[in-house]
Amino acid sequence: MTFFSHLRKAAIATAFVLGATAVHAEEQYFPLQSYRVGPYAAGGTGFFGGFIDYLNLINIRDGGVNGAKLAWSEGETQYEVEKGVEVYERLKSNPGIAAWNPLSVGIAYAMIDRITDDKVPLITINHGRTDTTDGRVFPYVFPLLLNPYSETSGIVNYIASKEGGLDKLKGKNIVVLYHGSPYGKETIPIYELLSQKYGFELSQIEVPHPGNEQQAQWLTIRREHPDYVVLRGWGVMNPVALKTAQKTGFPADHIIGNVWSNSEEDVIPAGDAAKGYTAITTQASGERYPVVQEIVKTVYGDGKGNLEDNSRIGSVYHNLGIVNGILNVEAVRIAQAKFGNRTLTGDEVRWGFEHLKLDPARVEALGAKDLFHSINVSWDNHEGDGYVTFQQWDGKKWNVVSDWIAPDWKLLRPIIEKSSEAYAKEKGIKIRTAEDADAVVSN
Amino acid sequence: MAVQALDAARLPVDWAKLVQKLALATALFVVAYGVVPAYASGYLVEAILLPFLALSLAAVGLNLLTGYCGQLSLGSSAFMAVGAFGAYNFNLRVEGLPLAVTMILAGISAAGFGVVFGLPSLRLRGFYLAVSTLAAQFFVQWALTKFGWFSNDNPSGVISAPHLAVAGLSLDSATGRYLLSVTTVMVLTALVWRLVNSATGRNFIAVRDNETAARVIGVPVLRTKLLAFAISSFIIGIAGVLWAFTYLRTVEPAGFNLDRSFQILFIIIIGGLASIRGAFWVRRSSLSSRSFCPGSAHSCSAACSIRAFST
Repeated sequence: MTFFSHLRKAAIATAFVLGATAVHAEEQYFPLQSYRVGPYAAGGTGFFGGFIDYLNLINIRDGGVNGAKLAWSEGETQYEVEKGVEVYERLKSNPGIAAWNPLSVGIAYAMIDRITDDKVPLITINHGRTDTTDGRVFPYVFPLLLNPYSETSGIVNYIASKEGGLDKLKGKNIVVLYHGSPYGKETIPIYELLSQKYGFELSQIEVPHPGNEQQAQWLTIRREHPDYVVLRGWGVMNPVALKTAQKTGFPADHIIGNVWSNSEEDVIPAGDAAKGYTAITTQASGERYPVVQEIVKTVYGDGKGNLEDNSRIGSVYHNLGIVNGILNVEAVRIAQAKFGNRTLTGDEVRWGFEHLKLDPARVEALGAKDLFHSINVSWDNHEGDGYVTFQQWDGKKWNVVSDWIAPDWKLLRPIIEKSSEAYAKEKGIKIRTAEDADAVVSN
Repeated sequence: MAVQALDAARLPVDWAKLVQKLALATALFVVAYGVVPAYASGYLVEAILLPFLALSLAAVGLNLLTGYCGQLSLGSSAFMAVGAFGAYNFNLRVEGLPLAVTMILAGISAAGFGVVFGLPSLRLRGFYLAVSTLAAQFFVQWALTKFGWFSNDNPSGVISAPHLAVAGLSLDSATGRYLLSVTTVMVLTALVWRLVNSATGRNFIAVRDNETAARVIGVPVLRTKLLAFAISSFIIGIAGVLWAFTYLRTVEPAGFNLDRSFQILFIIIIGGLASIRGAFWVRRSSLSSRSFCPGSAHSCSAACSIRAFST
């Protein structure tokens, strides 16, 4: 009896092990340095929620990417660099890592050397260190869709279009209110450059992290009487800015939010003070896009949705997470087409990102038409020429108020190259060529 | 005079204790240079040991000032920042400067800075001194943010660590950075150990226990206080270099905020003022519980066990 029960246990265990290995033969892993608590939890839960929802959709609907299942695990960073590094060290030993997505400029900076040694891509969608756009110097870092300089150029072009042309910017007064972090400071030089180029007056005012006290800054703004205020905020800083603007009598429709000040979580807490506020975005909000609909049906219908509050489905951060999921998954798919349908190495996925070209037709096929425009990454352009649009808050939802606008990439590229070449010199990095980019480490 | 009397009254050598100490030191060496580099996982080195070593060293430095000399300081992370940014700039602007010299120069800049912000201690005591050292904290962060020169005009004000090499040997790997850290910490801790047992160390204690009495028996109070500020800041400055170069490999001014100063102060308060060993014990537990607990039940339990062990 005991013998048979042992035998049966052993048989079950063997079957289980064999079955498990058979199911998980090919697996691509995403380590997630997420943040679900702390001052930036709204951004973290929305973004990582959307990202995980899309990975789940691919697993449930397609059984993975060409048979390779997608896997992930999370580590809490609270948006702090030390914790981000700790999570990186904890998760980096997992097999089959596709890419890192920390969603924090500070953490991304601390990881650049490390992931370059590991040869694994680091994705900083819509943010990051601007000069990492130059793939010649930063082979493994991808500020996808929109780097901070492009965003700045997009915002200035939009203000110009409201004023009736770039020549009308002369003599206008613009204030940039920025978050006191590496992310917030990233655009200081480019605003100064554009102010000299177009002749508008500029003052840039810092709000110390996390930004829940801004009386002094807005009193300064009131004294300046600017035509526009650009809000380069993050997390709790944004609703506080809108409310303080209302208190000091600055009209919300002359405040232009940047790409991290553009979510529902930024405007809803501000209540009426946010009505008329306009913000830049790379991805539209709302649930009407086929891919979001499929996530609602397949993932949330299956009880596997990641957002606790279903009303946040289709919000700006959730949709950004979904777009980020699309870009990561498509990079894996493109790399698979070259290297085979198996678990890829980080360097192979890097090759995939460097060939990540999704034209509007392909975006439509992915169910994301109008959700985002297109992307065209190459070995030396790691941003991929993302388009931007502007949306205005009407008190209940965001309404798109502009076409897809292209930032002035030609103007920005020489500045980016100057900065990245200085970095290469400082760190003794050899500038990469197209042949170097095609050499891929496959084990 | 009083100091010489103390020296003469030294107890006869206790051989059993000396042997015990020697054995402990040997065991420490074997673990630090043999066991850890050979067996420790990357996670243990990169996420636990490197911050542990850097902050412990900072705590040893602050302990010299606060624990031994009795001068309360809330500017520790400012001195770390001066060290880190100093080392970065010396390394960047002076071609071919050896790493050790860079670190010593960074320490000296921090020491000079410490002396300047130590001057109020000649007139202020206790809470008032703590508040005046707060000025160092805010001044340094402001200056590093305001003047782009310090971060080589990097737009976001973040510096990244250069290649680390000693005598042509690269120390960029995790083990290399660990060895650099552990050697620096051991050397400086040994020096501090020597110092607190010397006449100067006794002067520190005399000033802490009763300034007036110390002055009466001939301790140069002014010089002693400034010396304490200088040496303490020197050590904290080098701890800042380790934090930036060996642990994070990148540093922004906001990384050296008031929180970090408090963290270091609490390490020495919990570990015991005027206890060098305490700096190391508490850092271990505060590291895993305060900094790294969320999202990691694993390090939580480790923290609990270490805490139980140390108490």
